[in-house]
Amino acid sequence: MRANDTSRLAFQSIRRYPLRTSMLLLAIAIGVAAVVLLTAVGEGARRYVTGEFAALGTHLLVVLPGKAETAGGAAGMLIGATARDLTLDDAAAILRSSRVTKIAPVVVGTGNASWRQRQREITVLGTTFEMLDVQHWRMQLGQFLPQIDMDVSSPVCVMGNGVRHEFFDGANPIGEWLRIGDTRCRVIGVLAQAGVTGPFDTDELVILPVASAQALFNAAGVFRILAEAVSRESMPAAQRDIIEIITARHQGEEDITVVTQDAVLSTFDTIFGMITTALGGIAAVSLLVAGILIMNVMLVAVSQRTQEIGLLKALGAKQTEILLLFVTEAVYLSVFGAVLGLTLGNAGTFAMRTLFPAIDFRAPTWAMAAAVFIAVISGLLFGILPANRAARLDPVQALAGR
Amino acid sequence: MMRLEQVCRDFQVGDQVVHALDHVDLVIQAGEYISVMGPSGSGKSTLLNLLGLLDRPTSGTYWLSDKDVSALGDSELAEQRQRNIGFIFQSFHLLPRLSALENVELPLVLAGAPPKERRARAREVLDAVGLSARLDHRPDQLSGGERQRVAIGRAIVMRPGVLLADEPTGNLDSKSGDEVIEIIEQLNRDGISLLVVTHDPDIGGRARRHLVMHDGRIVGDERTGLQ
Repeated sequence: MRANDTSRLAFQSIRRYPLRTSMLLLAIAIGVAAVVLLTAVGEGARRYVTGEFAALGTHLLVVLPGKAETAGGAAGMLIGATARDLTLDDAAAILRSSRVTKIAPVVVGTGNASWRQRQREITVLGTTFEMLDVQHWRMQLGQFLPQIDMDVSSPVCVMGNGVRHEFFDGANPIGEWLRIGDTRCRVIGVLAQAGVTGPFDTDELVILPVASAQALFNAAGVFRILAEAVSRESMPAAQRDIIEIITARHQGEEDITVVTQDAVLSTFDTIFGMITTALGGIAAVSLLVAGILIMNVMLVAVSQRTQEIGLLKALGAKQTEILLLFVTEAVYLSVFGAVLGLTLGNAGTFAMRTLFPAIDFRAPTWAMAAAVFIAVISGLLFGILPANRAARLDPVQALAGR
Repeated sequence: MMRLEQVCRDFQVGDQVVHALDHVDLVIQAGEYISVMGPSGSGKSTLLNLLGLLDRPTSGTYWLSDKDVSALGDSELAEQRQRNIGFIFQSFHLLPRLSALENVELPLVLAGAPPKERRARAREVLDAVGLSARLDHRPDQLSGGERQRVAIGRAIVMRPGVLLADEPTGNLDSKSGDEVIEIIEQLNRDGISLLVVTHDPDIGGRARRHLVMHDGRIVGDERTGLQ
């Protein structure tokens, strides 16, 4: 039998039972559409989150004291192996790299803050004026830290929005004197509410010039140094520069760790990629169910068409030809179903994009290809059993309709 | 051209073995016109199925055109059926979704003939059975007699040497039945071997050779007419 005759005959029997055919197509289409929609949601969420992260500045490098040998476990926290502290001079040295545009040293500690009768334990962040740009913070009131040298202390502070409300309620805090530990500082600005950005909850911070904070905590080193690279592409080079500079300053010992926000970003990327794959996998199960449905329906079709199969055999059809005929029919059903499902799924993602323009819901190409592939393969595999039963029918029994 | 030697066909019915054919010897020459008669269950249909290669003997040998076909595999059997044998059934067995022309074309489709050639051949054959005006009608638009004529067309479109008819007039009124018999007798006169299984003594009587079967054996084999 010619190939196009086989496909023509298979197509004719698909058309002959419109209800059966449309039910099957629907089942397969739902499976494929589910894969498209769910992966579109996963992929949309991934792009949304990484996009938001990228907006925070992806050129950021974080320099930590101590060498992180393995994941987990704070670097340099082992007793007897305490790393050399990073100092303000180290921070200034980093700026010598042509690939670093800005740096902001960070000192963190907790202190007891008070204003009149109110007092509370508070997180104190010591840094420089460049922190505002590096972290993309915005001011609500007043101004950020003054542009002074890193090693110069100044009795001023900037506070987060949450701290301001706790101490001053709705009143204007600018110009008030806040007591932190043994020192006093004048409030010169309030940060706009931003929630948790990076490692800090900005709403719950009081920010001092880095030298003041070092004096407050009686610390010579800094907690970490934030550095902004010239561009995203120059980040690996900037990372090498920083390690080189600090290693040279630390008598040839490489005792720092440089973390890029890229690493954080790629972690998110990986997590969301896995979620998308998992969603796609769950949806693919529905394709398997559709495959079993194909098998059932094809088995019914074989028993409905027993006499026809007997006749084809009497007219000289071989077992392999009957097999091919029924498998072709199953593959046709799954291909049409898959195409229908792709159409429905993409219409669905289009509708979601229209309803939620903020998120770019779009199924990845690999997911669509995989959905179609699985649909067709399951049609093929689950079509073989019924087709084989048809091919093996005894012609005499089949002609008699038994 | 067909020769059965000591052919048996046993069926297992429950725990009992039924001998549908019991050591049958039969020789059929090219161009013969044979009727097979006998009571139900005498083995007529089994003989027909076996001669038509739809069934295989339990024991014994079947020679078709000097070739032992009793132990062929499925695809060789299918090929032999396709080339040598035309079937006519009591209930026509036309495919309802196909037109008369397409039904007749079906054996050529299975044989892989090119579309142009098979269309021409199918038209020719339908012309021969007097249905040139009904090419595009589907079976449900045709009368019983016309349907059987389409089936005859389909049986002879591959130009087989043998036409096997199982109660060809069983579902027809006597007028259509006579027409159908006329057609297949004409085909026989043109050279095809014809074997008709029937209950009807009038139709059986028209053959030149009469086989009578009983309990799986051929108990009568007479020749009449111009032999």
